Amino acid sequence: MTGYTGNPRIRWTEWLPWLLAGAVFFLLPEYLALGARILIFILFALSLDLILGYAGIITLGHSAFFGLGAYVAGCISAKAGVTDPFVQLAAAALAAGLLGVLTGAVILRTRALTLLMLTMAITSILLEIANKWTSMTGGADGLSGVTVAPILGAFRFDLFGRVAFIYCLVALFLAWFLVRRLIYSPFGAMLTGMRENTTRMHAVGAPVYLRLIAVYTISAVMAGVAGALLTQTNQFVGLNVLGFELAGELLVMLILGGVGRIYGAFIGPVVYLIAQDYLAKQFPEYWYFGIGFILVLVVIFAPGGILGLLDKCLPSWKRRSSARASAR
Amino acid sequence: MSPVLETKKLCKSFGALTVAQNIDFRLHAGDRHALIGPNGAGKTTFVNMLMGALAPSSGRIYLGGEEVTRVRQAQRVKRGLGRTFQINALFRDLPVLDNVALGIAERRAQAAHMWKPASSHGEIIDESAELLATLGLADDARVRVKDLPYGKQRLVEIAIALGLAPKVLLLDEPAAGVPSMESERILKVLDRLPAGIAILIIEHDMDLVFRFARRITVLVQGEVLVEGPPDEIARDRRVHQVYLGEQHHG
Repeated sequence: MTGYTGNPRIRWTEWLPWLLAGAVFFLLPEYLALGARILIFILFALSLDLILGYAGIITLGHSAFFGLGAYVAGCISAKAGVTDPFVQLAAAALAAGLLGVLTGAVILRTRALTLLMLTMAITSILLEIANKWTSMTGGADGLSGVTVAPILGAFRFDLFGRVAFIYCLVALFLAWFLVRRLIYSPFGAMLTGMRENTTRMHAVGAPVYLRLIAVYTISAVMAGVAGALLTQTNQFVGLNVLGFELAGELLVMLILGGVGRIYGAFIGPVVYLIAQDYLAKQFPEYWYFGIGFILVLVVIFAPGGILGLLDKCLPSWKRRSSARASAR
Repeated sequence: MSPVLETKKLCKSFGALTVAQNIDFRLHAGDRHALIGPNGAGKTTFVNMLMGALAPSSGRIYLGGEEVTRVRQAQRVKRGLGRTFQINALFRDLPVLDNVALGIAERRAQAAHMWKPASSHGEIIDESAELLATLGLADDARVRVKDLPYGKQRLVEIAIALGLAPKVLLLDEPAAGVPSMESERILKVLDRLPAGIAILIIEHDMDLVFRFARRITVLVQGEVLVEGPPDEIARDRRVHQVYLGEQHHG
């Protein structure tokens, strides 16, 4: 529980994802490239959770910021020779944040289906620009020639993904820490208020529109950084970082994990990307069927996502075990 | 004494349908004023225009002597206008204390703070708890609103509005849907509200209206039919005709 009656102390369970990431680094070195990709998508899903789960902004165009971040990081490296990874991240964050402010100022005046359509339109427009502007983006062939200098001048991205994994893990940890501070703050409480009842928030004098733009921009910056991380770890940018399909996949990941609870953004991408990796190897032509099947199961049996299911099951499991203990 | 809230020739039309027509209205500090009228008279529309949730077609609204006709709702609230809703507009999944604290944080200009945890804003929490205690809701502070009985939810509506420290409080049917026992409790709460607040109450419960209000305006089909003290309104044949359908014999 967040808000004024919430307890902001970090619980031991909240350290589990980080311990798990550490274990993966040491025990599963052959999966670090996939691991880095998962960490990037967790960051991306976290940015979506902030606006969808906490502020109640529905979107199917969040890939616009991810894609813009990816292309800006790629272009300033491939076209302008800027290879410092932190400068690339900063440029991607700035560009995505700017796009967030500008588009947010227009689309956040609308609601529901209109808002959904506008978010889709924005990412589709960006996709088309990236497709046509071949001299800058490489078009359908993608943007290659991306160079990333060693991190802090010492850690060069390696073939096995070790540096990429740690780099993405640190970026995700910082983002998690900031998002957690944000949602436990009065601003976070106010976001929940806007999601719960916009009419009342207006009536208590909240400048709802400006606050929506603020959180939308923060989320855009995070998504832009996630996109830049993907570019830096792949050293390539393809058109698939933009468009409706990626935004839809991200939404599915978040729904799988559980919307509006931070850690749903951690669980969803892990389940989705591992399932995708496994299914694509086993059934190269039909792997989407498997993902769809998982989604159907979650929607029917766990409408609150995997975390929602755990919330339901754990108390009854605890009750049963304590009843068994007292019976003995 | 200049009014804290005033409207001049306030009108609202939705196409051919006129729901407010040349409403002149004044509310002074400390007033206990009721707005009554049959269903569809335009009472809630009037309140929505006062709050800025609905733009009037013509006419002017003044708050504290300054024109606010085109001022946004958030700014009007900051200038001292508070309201409750006819149908509960609460944060149902949040605890009662959070419902009140959200408004108080806005008033104290701390709602946009992004770093310090909300739970360490002791001044907001203390003020919320004190306010809930004055309304008899201290024991419910940590209960989710959706788990409260309806009568108490209506009190939370009032608590949120009071948390804004309003100069003018607009109560839109505070006792709507509440059993008579609970209605009595709401009246007691209203009686204990700070004397300096100007209160405009919209209510269908005539017993509550005549016990609470010191002045009553009757609105019919968007127009002010009559305004006066409760005893005058009670004797007014036009009011009887509107409410009871009695024939008016000259």
